[in-house]
Amino acid sequence: MRNTIAFPLLGLAVILQSSVVSQMRLISGYADLPLLVVAAWALQERVKSAWHWGIVACVMIGFVSSMPWLVVGIGYLGVVFLAQTLQRRVWQAPLLAMFSVIFIGTLFIHLLSFGVLSLLGTPYPFNDVIGLVTLPSLLLNMLFSIPVYALMRDLARWVYPLEEYE
Amino acid sequence: MNSRSLQTTIIFLVVGGILALSLGGFFGSASRQFSSVLIDAQTWLSSRFLGLQDFVTAPRDIVSLRTRNAELETQVSQLQAQVIELQQRVNETEILAALVDFSRSNPESTYKAAAVIGRDPSPFLHYIIINRGSNDDIRRGMPVVTNQGLVGRVDAVIADAARVQLITDPASAVNVYLQNAETSAVAFGSVTGDVSLDMISQSTTIESGDLILTSGLGGGYPSDLIIGQVVTIRSLEFELFQQATVQPAVDFTRLDIVLVITNFRPVDITPLEPLPSP
Repeated sequence: MRNTIAFPLLGLAVILQSSVVSQMRLISGYADLPLLVVAAWALQERVKSAWHWGIVACVMIGFVSSMPWLVVGIGYLGVVFLAQTLQRRVWQAPLLAMFSVIFIGTLFIHLLSFGVLSLLGTPYPFNDVIGLVTLPSLLLNMLFSIPVYALMRDLARWVYPLEEYE
Repeated sequence: MNSRSLQTTIIFLVVGGILALSLGGFFGSASRQFSSVLIDAQTWLSSRFLGLQDFVTAPRDIVSLRTRNAELETQVSQLQAQVIELQQRVNETEILAALVDFSRSNPESTYKAAAVIGRDPSPFLHYIIINRGSNDDIRRGMPVVTNQGLVGRVDAVIADAARVQLITDPASAVNVYLQNAETSAVAFGSVTGDVSLDMISQSTTIESGDLILTSGLGGGYPSDLIIGQVVTIRSLEFELFQQATVQPAVDFTRLDIVLVITNFRPVDITPLEPLPSP
């Protein structure tokens, strides 16, 4: 039942992304708050609902954004898959896992967006995308990943108390 | 009269006499010395009493001052919030006044004002979200403007909101004409949010500062909406067309309120486009 917090929390993340974070630009890039939330949640050891959160985030982002559903779906669920895989292998260094997921996840989503949008006929110069959009977004995502991870860790402890987890 | 009352009477008379003589100034220096001792003693006592009184009452004053200070600080913060709110209202009023002026100077169109409530979550796309939708008769394809010029067009609509594709979006292409050069071109957006002109004939002479307006060709936008001004021109002999960079008239980083032109119906010319021959 506590997992239903995904709806208000991801809703808030999408609203913040649309109204606040998208205004905090570094060159032409900005952070991806829903991505950070989903990745940080999927990295928590106790969490059993990471895929649900990924799907909810996909639906919400897909509803607000003009980005094709294919990019949003594959991108966010790919990040959940990556986070779950890394969480099992790098469980002793969760922050390192978070940085890795955000680094690879951001590059993956941006390259996927670039590829799909280019295939659909929108001209995107690759150098501009990497230099002006992807790298600044990557830097901002890495910066925001620490506080978001800490918040999601506390939330996971609340949703999955230790006695229930054990 | 017994001896005791006689004694009392004598004492009163003596004391009274001394007082009368001293008040009359008959005792001179002795009187002054005596009075100075009294005054010093009273001064010492008075100062100590005032000190003690301060000591006892001062903490009470600090508490009351602190309370008063807290009250005033609360009042100041409330007034500051009020000032910010009023400043915001003034800004909104100024924007609305400019938009009303614009709609009055362009009476051929009907407008619906909408507030910008968000932007696309992806940095690859340049879209805004406005707080008017199909409940307010907003339809897909309607142009969106400000008093400064063209903003974009409605891309998707739900009941109470709509998504607007800006002319800075990389997928946006607007048919325009350059007012001074009297030639047509196409304005494209880019991932960085810059607007550039392409498809300008090599035979046309264009200059920096030339005004760019929508041409209305293609039926996607009404004609004569301001896009911006030419900034730099790139003309290479071996290329078919000239290119130019554009300074947009609208500040896309500060879009608060926009106007949707509701009486414009875009024309879909896709069926009229020639099919590629097999």
